[in-house]
Amino acid sequence: MTSQDQMAPKRPYLKLEEMILNMGPQHPATHGVLRLVLHLNGEMIVKVDPVLGYLHRGLEKLAENRTYYQFLAMLSRLDYLANIFMEWPLVRCIEGLMEIEVPRRAEYLRIIVAELNRITSHQMALGDFMLNLGAGTPMFWVFRDRERIVDLLELLTGQRMMYNYMRVGGVRYDIPEGFEAECRSFLAGFPAKIDEYEKLITDNEIFLARTLGVGIIERDEAIDYGLTGPNLRASGVSWDLRKDDAYSAYNDFDFGIPIGKHGDCFDRYKCRVEEMRQSLRIIEQALDNLPEGPVNVKLPPMLRPPAGEKYRAVEGPRGEWGNFLVSNGGLRPYRLKMRDPNFVAISTLPRILPGYKIADMIAIGGSMDFMLGGADR
Amino acid sequence: MALAITMAVIFASGVVFPYSMRRLWGFVGDRHGPNRVGPLGLLQPFADFIKLVTKEDITPTKANRWVFLLAPVIGFATPILIQAVIPYSETYTIANLNVGLLYIAAVSAFGVLGILLAGWSANNKYTLVGGLRAGAQMISYEIPLLLTLIIVAMLADSMSLNDVVVQQADVWYIVIQPMAFIIFLVAGVAELNRTPFDLPEAESELVGGYMTEYGGIRFALFAGLMEWGNVTVWGLTTATLFLGGWRGPFLSGPIWLLLKAVIMGLIIIWFFATFPRLQVDQLMAFAWKILIPISILNLGVTGLFIVLWPDNYLLPTAIFSWGATLVFIGVFTFVVKKILLGKRLGMHKSMDYEPWMLRKPAEPIPTRRQVGP
Repeated sequence: MTSQDQMAPKRPYLKLEEMILNMGPQHPATHGVLRLVLHLNGEMIVKVDPVLGYLHRGLEKLAENRTYYQFLAMLSRLDYLANIFMEWPLVRCIEGLMEIEVPRRAEYLRIIVAELNRITSHQMALGDFMLNLGAGTPMFWVFRDRERIVDLLELLTGQRMMYNYMRVGGVRYDIPEGFEAECRSFLAGFPAKIDEYEKLITDNEIFLARTLGVGIIERDEAIDYGLTGPNLRASGVSWDLRKDDAYSAYNDFDFGIPIGKHGDCFDRYKCRVEEMRQSLRIIEQALDNLPEGPVNVKLPPMLRPPAGEKYRAVEGPRGEWGNFLVSNGGLRPYRLKMRDPNFVAISTLPRILPGYKIADMIAIGGSMDFMLGGADR
Repeated sequence: MALAITMAVIFASGVVFPYSMRRLWGFVGDRHGPNRVGPLGLLQPFADFIKLVTKEDITPTKANRWVFLLAPVIGFATPILIQAVIPYSETYTIANLNVGLLYIAAVSAFGVLGILLAGWSANNKYTLVGGLRAGAQMISYEIPLLLTLIIVAMLADSMSLNDVVVQQADVWYIVIQPMAFIIFLVAGVAELNRTPFDLPEAESELVGGYMTEYGGIRFALFAGLMEWGNVTVWGLTTATLFLGGWRGPFLSGPIWLLLKAVIMGLIIIWFFATFPRLQVDQLMAFAWKILIPISILNLGVTGLFIVLWPDNYLLPTAIFSWGATLVFIGVFTFVVKKILLGKRLGMHKSMDYEPWMLRKPAEPIPTRRQVGP
């Protein structure tokens, strides 16, 4: 008999026990197929075990059996809301190994597509977050405006979702006729839409009560966990690969990086909204200064990068998406490792969630904006 | 006759409100809403009803079978019962009780039973949490609701709903007691489990709350008839207590009454399209720390005025109530946000880094590691 048993009353009038709630993989608010095993004391979370892998497709292994061109087409299926950012690091890895100089115009086109895609991704994050908090209307507003961006991307890449636009040494297509006018009219109208979202959401007292001071990730903790993207910047860390790595042609543009202060749900939300505005600035400058020239370089039909290894990362809407490519000089990658921000965001949940209620868990999950397609790979 | 009228009103609310909710929410979200079945999609609720009725009636294996089957019926009975005392015109009330207000208070407390039983009997964790949330929430918000009922009874000097409407011949009670009306509105929305107080069925947290395991006709009873029937009955009660009941120019009494009830229902739909959801502890804090003290204050001051000036207490009551309403709204638009922001500052440990900033490209970039050349 332990001392704890002796301390307990002989006949407890109320039997208290921890409830284990298996939330997911089919659940409205788990962003795909995340399964969270929650240990609950009433509505209070005591312990969380995230269980991943329900969307595992083994893409890292598939890469080893395919040529580079074949594999590029599969990459969009990873994080299906930020497809362009999935293709970019691998292309950069190969370019780095083969020492290919990408034409200036191609870099600008890449940035235009990427920033458009970043806006769509942040829009979805916003809509999902609000849906998690119980407000359905922002989701529809977001989809209404997302449709225009998706149309723009379709004009440019030929696809609405799985773009397959990046090529080693450039991009697939030059901009089509009419794209610039369409894009400029979108750029003129979209800031008003962002203000509209903010008018509906940011000033709402219920929204503030649900998000202010909820799910705080301290600055040091965020760095220790390896969080990246808006989740990290909301905690007050100024780290953005577009500035710190200045890859592609990002040095040419004048744009700001929104930094949060408290690292709570509200700051993560606000960072995303501000990033949408900054992305608009980048697109506008890119359209203004679009250089003339080719959009691709001539390459052999079969790529054989020289033996070696390369790590390249891009700043995606959810954080640093990086690929580590090991080549042995053959037709196929010897090994490809993908560094994924969603996995990191999910791995912080067991640390943050205990002590919060179920409703807070939903809010925190929504504000972290993780995407299981990327985390499970 | 009486039963036919009550059933007709409840079933009509199960048709009118789901359609108008989806349609109006569609307009708010810049889309069409249902517009395919029948003209303007008006037959959509009937199509949904046929679909639900023809579905298989499933009882989960481990559910407590009889309680599970009985719970929707109990829930459905509440709006029908309350409706019996609502006066439809000068002469027609289904049951003209002289303690109508007391009857409403008693029967509305009955509604929580169906939801609690549904949540408990299904033997599912989501329904259990949903049912218990509903129990806590509805019992808490019953109190401000009752306190406002007492104010109305004091103003009308009667507990009969007929007398309440007769007393509003000159001026509606919403003009004399806007504070009581606002409390009744907020507590009513909470009592009905509607957004922003829809925690018991919070679909993003608890899948379907206490309704998770129900399907087919029993789901229709719960989600269509009970919920929207409650909204209608609450609208009818609000119209009777504060908006002059069946009074109104040109049209006949019942039409005015139902019109006012539908307008109250549309306000709920408007809330639904605008607000996110509160959280359990905030919900309870709002009831016990804000609504109930305000109700008690309102009740006490109104009673004091009635004792002080038994002949003409309406004017001072109105002045006080309008003042209280303005203060209440002012507090909610300015002070609450400040409190929330201040609380966040207090919660935070390290404050040594800069607030909101946009990093300029000209500034030196702090680099901790190198990614690529």
